[in-house]
Order: sequence, then structure tokens, then C-alpha cells
Amino acid sequence: MSVQTDVRTEVDPATVTRAEVCIAACADAWRGDGEILASPMMTVPTIAARTARATFEPDLLLSDGESRLYTGTWAIGETPPLDRVEGYVPFRRIFDILWSGKRHVMMSPSQVDRFGNANISALGEFARPSRQLLGVRGAPGNTVNHPTSYWIPKHSTRVFVEHVDMVAGVGYDRARAEGGDVERDVEIRRVVTNLAVLDFSGPERAMRLASVHPGVTVDQVVEATGFALDVPAEVPESRLPTAEELRIIREVVDPRGLRDKEVRA
Amino acid sequence: MTDKRMTEDEVVAELRSGMTIGIGGWGSRRKPMSLVRAICRSDLQDLTIVSYGGPDVGLLLAAGKVKHLVFGFVSLDSVPLEPHFQAARQNGTVTVSEWDEGMLQWGLYAAASRLSFLPLRSGLGSDVLTVNPDLKRVTSPYEDATEYVAVPALPLDAALVHLNRADAAGNGQYLGPDAYFDDLFCGAAGRAYLSCERVVPTAELTAAGPVQSLLIRRSEVAGVVEAPNGAHFTTCEPDYGRDEAFQREYVQAARDPETWAAFHDRYLSGDEQAYQAAVTANALEAVR
Repeated sequence: MSVQTDVRTEVDPATVTRAEVCIAACADAWRGDGEILASPMMTVPTIAARTARATFEPDLLLSDGESRLYTGTWAIGETPPLDRVEGYVPFRRIFDILWSGKRHVMMSPSQVDRFGNANISALGEFARPSRQLLGVRGAPGNTVNHPTSYWIPKHSTRVFVEHVDMVAGVGYDRARAEGGDVERDVEIRRVVTNLAVLDFSGPERAMRLASVHPGVTVDQVVEATGFALDVPAEVPESRLPTAEELRIIREVVDPRGLRDKEVRA
Repeated sequence: MTDKRMTEDEVVAELRSGMTIGIGGWGSRRKPMSLVRAICRSDLQDLTIVSYGGPDVGLLLAAGKVKHLVFGFVSLDSVPLEPHFQAARQNGTVTVSEWDEGMLQWGLYAAASRLSFLPLRSGLGSDVLTVNPDLKRVTSPYEDATEYVAVPALPLDAALVHLNRADAAGNGQYLGPDAYFDDLFCGAAGRAYLSCERVVPTAELTAAGPVQSLLIRRSEVAGVVEAPNGAHFTTCEPDYGRDEAFQREYVQAARDPETWAAFHDRYLSGDEQAYQAAVTANALEAVR
């Protein structure tokens, strides 16, 4: 890695897009995680994980989403050269890692509720869904074994619902009812949306509004949420990316601007 | 060593309606598609399919071959949702056991290891246990007394996998990025059938890749099918990648019965040779 001289350039807020605010908020999900596997799923979280490692969380492990761990920072859609491979993680080893707890995944469910239960399986009645989605995939195992965060590109009452139709990812109320290892290890770190950052520090670990993105009002978030959100008296504004993060995002990881296709706001 | 080479249709002739069949690969990656297409052409029915599902599940559902599906997901990877799987679930034409991905591995491993179940944390707290009331819990007999899901063994009547290379006796080799769970599918099965891009003399296996790439032992294999381009349109790295254009055509066609009938006529109404010829003709057309 090249040694940067510490010249803090000012970030002009007017040039920062909503997608870039979302990327900084997603990157912060992995802050403090250290030497664990970061598993982002969609475009914004993928940019975020690589940006986090290139800046404040240098020990994270990152894969190509296939079977290799790579060092360094690379662009979306690019395959790094072979001499940057640092590990082999076929799907079976991903299961080993997730069962060991040394992973933090960011998934994008179609429904999420007040306690962080998440649905990627099917909408409607399970026996005959109105809309079949992917299936539960690894969500049940992920959520009870290691930290999980969620990225919701379009914050709406269709996604933020009172009760999800099928609990694929386990939330705090279910974890509490289960007790034992599950209650101990379920951690839904944060939910980042195109409007806001949410966490679970509300009463009984209910979803709380942690910050609103610049240009978004608290009312907008409350209106787009299908359950009573815990809203503190003072809601801060989500942070802007630093100048260095912006350079990584714009010049290194996403020079083609794919982030703007996932976040329209 | 016994020469186990056979054709796709000879494999299908050994299968029976009502069987539980496991299919290797993952999503739209290294699927034994020529064997799947042969089942679609057959009169087999009421199958239980166990799969990390992709277009294998889609095609079998479209052909009306599946009674019950055991899965963790069904996806085409670059196209997240499988259209035939969606239709079958939304029309209620298939019953399902929807498990966590890791539970599926454990079920296959239990069967391969001749255990009746294996304990796992995954699934606890989720609706996997609600929608599968047959799944039971088990408590550790040790001091910790921890509760787990008792993932039941998933014994298979037959397994179908596709690898890059094999010898005629059934020693199978993968040369791509991931073995997926093909060895467990074979281990869990009464009879495993291995298709491959090329059948080679045994001595050539270690010339093509490291000894660790020899994934399947011949003692696990009942039949070997040489099936060049047999995983089409899924990936079979490094021999070929996914045929994304064809996969898009498949997805488009699956959206309504009329276009699906046309797709079926064009590609799936004949044997494997006819399929491969139609795919080649289609690719040439696209180049022009």
C-alpha cells in the first residue's frame, strides 16, 4: 500500500451524492471488526467493504464472491491479478467461517421488521407464496452465528413491515425467545437505507433511527417505515465520506459510477 | 478397473419414478445439465429433488418431473430469481423443504457418514423450523445442554454431478474455482452418476491439475457419461463460462407459456445432440 501524506482536504458537501453517503454508512458497519471476513452482497455494500479496508479497517478479509480472498483494493467488475490472492474460500469453507463466527455479512432482504427479522425467502403465505424470492439461503445460519447488517436501497413501507412473512434472518425478539448461543450471538449491527441509518438500540432492542442522510427529514423516514420507529429527540445527520474515502470510491472502486444505479435519490 | 462409461439415456434408464435425486453444482454453476435434459425427455415422474438449485430445478419443474423439492435457494446467480421455480411455488405445483444452505450440507454429510442426523445451530430462531414441522431439536448430552437443530440425513437414491474430467472408472476431477458439494452428493447417494467434459486416461488426470483436484473416487461412482458442453448454459470453468445470452433467452422464454413452448421446440424437443446443435446454430446466428 502506498504511504499517503496526511493532507486533509476539505470535502465540499455539495459534491457528495446520496450513494456516497450510503457507502460511508455501510462501510461504518464493519468499523472495529478487525480480522474477519466481510461479506457484502450488493453494489453499495461491496464498494463500502472495499473502501473500509482501504481506509480505516485494513485487516478485513475480502473475497471475489467466488472462491478467492484478495489483498489490495480493486474495481467493481474487475478481477485482481493472481499474485494478490491470499486465500481459498470455496462455499464449503465459507460455511466453516460463518459457523466459527469470524464473518460479518451485509444482506438485502425484501422485508425487515422492528426487531430485525428479515425475509429473503417468499412473500405471502409460505405454502403458496404470492411472490417467490430466493429461498432462505444462508440467512438463518448467518444471523445466529455472526454479525449481520442490512442494506435497503429503497426505504419503503413495503420493506419495513410490522411482521415479515417468513423469518429467514433471525432478529432480536426471536433470538431472545430462543435463548442460549443464539441470544448471545445474534447481532444485527445496523440497517442502512437510501434515507437513513438505523440500529437496534431502542427499547427491548427495537429499531431506532440513528441518523438521517443529508437532505432527508425525520418525517420522511417515519413515513416510509411500516411500524412505529423509535425516534430519539435529537436525530443526527449521517456523516459525509472523508476526502480519502471519496477518492477510493470514485477513482479506485467505482470509476464507472455503478453506485448511482443502485441509489436514486 | 471397471469401465463405467454410459450415455445419458442409459443413466436415466436406471432411475425410477418417485426416487430422491440429488443434483450437484451450485445455482447456475457446473450443473449436470445434459443428464437433467435427459430426465426431462424421459417418462420419469414424482421425483424428489435435492439441490443448491439453479436451472436444473427450473427445467425439471417446467417438465413436470418434480413432486417435492429440498433446497436452500434456487437462483441463476446473474439473474437472481429462477422463473420456473417462482411459477411452481406461486402456483402451488410443488411441495418443498426449504432449509438453510448449511443444513443441506449437514444432511448430505450425515447420509454420506451413515448417521441419522447431525446437530447444527443454523435454523434455530428462524421460520425454517416453523415451515418444516418434521425438523426436530436435539439437546447436547454434555454439561452445556445446548439445543441444536437435529438436521436429518438426506439419503439419496441417486446423485448427478458434472465435473471437468474423469477416467472411465469414475475418478472425477474438478479444475474450476469450487468443488461445491459434489462429493457429498455422491457420498449420500445409493448410485452416483458423473458426467464430465472429457473422459481421459487415468494418467492424464494429474497432468491436468494438482492431486487435490481429484474430487470423486471411483468407488463412489456407478456410471460415467462423457458430455462435452454438458453443463451448458451454466458455468464449467475453466472449460467455459456461463452462456449469459442463452440464460437471458431462457429467462425471457419462461415468462409465458407460448414463448416457453417455442423455446422448448427449438432446444428441448430433440436429444442432447440436437440440443447442442441448436445452441451452436443460435450462437452462430448471434455472431452474424
